[in-house]
Amino acid sequence: MATQRDSAQTPNRRAMLTGAVRGACALGVLGSLLALPSRKKAEAVALRPPGAIAEKDFAAACVRCGLCVKDCPYDTLKLSDRGDGPTLGTPFFNARAVPCEMCERIPCVAACPTGALDKGLTDINNAKMGVAVLVGQETCLNFLGLRCDVCYRVCPRIGEAITLELSHNARTAKHAFFIPTVHSAKCTGCGKCEKACVLDEAAIKVLPHALASGQLGKHYRLGWEEKKKAGGSLVEPSPEVQVRGMEGVEMTPGGTYKLEKRPDGGLKEFKP
Amino acid sequence: MSRPGIHHPGASAVAAKGWVQANKWLLARRLSQALVVAVFLTGPLWGVWIAKGTLASSLTLGILPLTDPLMVLQGLLAGHLMTATALLGAAIVLGFYVLVGGRVYCSWVCPVNAVTDLAHWLRLRLGIEKGLNLNRDTRFWLLGGVLVAAAATGTIAWEAINPVTVLHRGLVTGSILGLGSAALVTAAVFLFDLGVAARGWCTHLCPVGAFYGLIGRAAVLRVTAVDRAACDDCMDCFSVCPERHVIAPALRGAAKGVGPVILSADCTNCGRCIDVCSKTVFRFGTRFRNAPTDAPTGSAEADAAAPPAKVA
Repeated sequence: MATQRDSAQTPNRRAMLTGAVRGACALGVLGSLLALPSRKKAEAVALRPPGAIAEKDFAAACVRCGLCVKDCPYDTLKLSDRGDGPTLGTPFFNARAVPCEMCERIPCVAACPTGALDKGLTDINNAKMGVAVLVGQETCLNFLGLRCDVCYRVCPRIGEAITLELSHNARTAKHAFFIPTVHSAKCTGCGKCEKACVLDEAAIKVLPHALASGQLGKHYRLGWEEKKKAGGSLVEPSPEVQVRGMEGVEMTPGGTYKLEKRPDGGLKEFKP
Repeated sequence: MSRPGIHHPGASAVAAKGWVQANKWLLARRLSQALVVAVFLTGPLWGVWIAKGTLASSLTLGILPLTDPLMVLQGLLAGHLMTATALLGAAIVLGFYVLVGGRVYCSWVCPVNAVTDLAHWLRLRLGIEKGLNLNRDTRFWLLGGVLVAAAATGTIAWEAINPVTVLHRGLVTGSILGLGSAALVTAAVFLFDLGVAARGWCTHLCPVGAFYGLIGRAAVLRVTAVDRAACDDCMDCFSVCPERHVIAPALRGAAKGVGPVILSADCTNCGRCIDVCSKTVFRFGTRFRNAPTDAPTGSAEADAAAPPAKVA
């Protein structure tokens, strides 16, 4: 009864109030939807779980159920929320936060109901979550001439995915550089190296293959590979070109002179 | 339109049947909706794993796969045939809702339903007028749009904003507690229903509900106005029904020779009409007992049965 009297006495105020509520609601709807795609900050490149099919197909296959996340024993995987980077609700991990521990039984792949994580991946060493890249070549301690080696030491495929390549340190002229070198064919992209890097900001980072690997033009052929395949050179021998002073000296089919050294170091055939 | 007093449907049912009987199906529904979230939470909270995943796809007790068939369909249109687990899960879900009514998903499972019901309740309390006038067929156009978007983009595009799975994911992962996507999408739906359009989302726009409505067209489980002769035109059922157009053909169809079963696929089988009816006109039944002549005999029994029920 009380509400009845109130509304009867002040219809204008009531209309104004409900109008204000409705306006506020409409603004709220707009605001919420506009805030949805906003980014918190530029995050490290997010990586997909092991066995994830190509990103283009992944977006058609992943139903964002989170079963892979639930079965990850190390809480590596997370479902993307507003601002994380990957498509909303899809699984990803940030290697610097929690890397992939490369479980032998790959529970995340086993849990996937849709095939977004490919059950064909049975050996975790064949995973291709990304590839480590030593991006900080001016900050990496090994590049500075020290023996940090942490990324190399923690690599689950030590000596295969990351090797230390020896080279001369010209700065001191008497020391060596041991350069951590990633071999993309062996690197699974687990991110243990990125996690372990002792720098404030990791000098070695796992990037998705598309970003890290580069791609040759499809028409490129590697001459030495083609030669191996064909069992011999694929190019015609060069034409014989006479050089002045070398008249009468025998030439190989390849178009070079057969030369002999004289005892005094000069060439026997060369007559100036 | 907002006459005070009309906003308390079910008052006479409470008087006639008692509060619990007059809210029986509503309480059962809220319990069901809560359980659908709870079974996913016992694992992370207490280590007792009942269900894993979300409404998009889940695994219950390590054996029962359930997958949203709409999700499988979108994936297919986007160019990915999902693996056997997802297909089996979708088939089980499909079979269930074909039997019990597709939109049982809306009223008994979907967490958004509780949000929009709250918005509707508050809207009546605040006396907010109906607002934006939407056509309830809009949801079918949106469903078409969702499927076209999947095919055109090659992604399950709708999942970027689908309030149903976004909210459920937020509830089972706890991310609803932050100002993440779940909180924002839920706020948008709530405010839309509260201040922009009455019963705007679930009844007029939601393409998920539209999809489940389509698969439940031949559902066996239906609400039937079996004692429609006892109806005293109090309008309480129309007032509470989220799809009020479904009632009239069954309730008022005796003269036209139409059976008493609510056959519209839009009916969500929420059972609220059963709750609020003081004359016990409605009950759950099957679509098969739908002879127009069922009503008179039924009403004769009801006349005999109803008065003692009131006394009790």
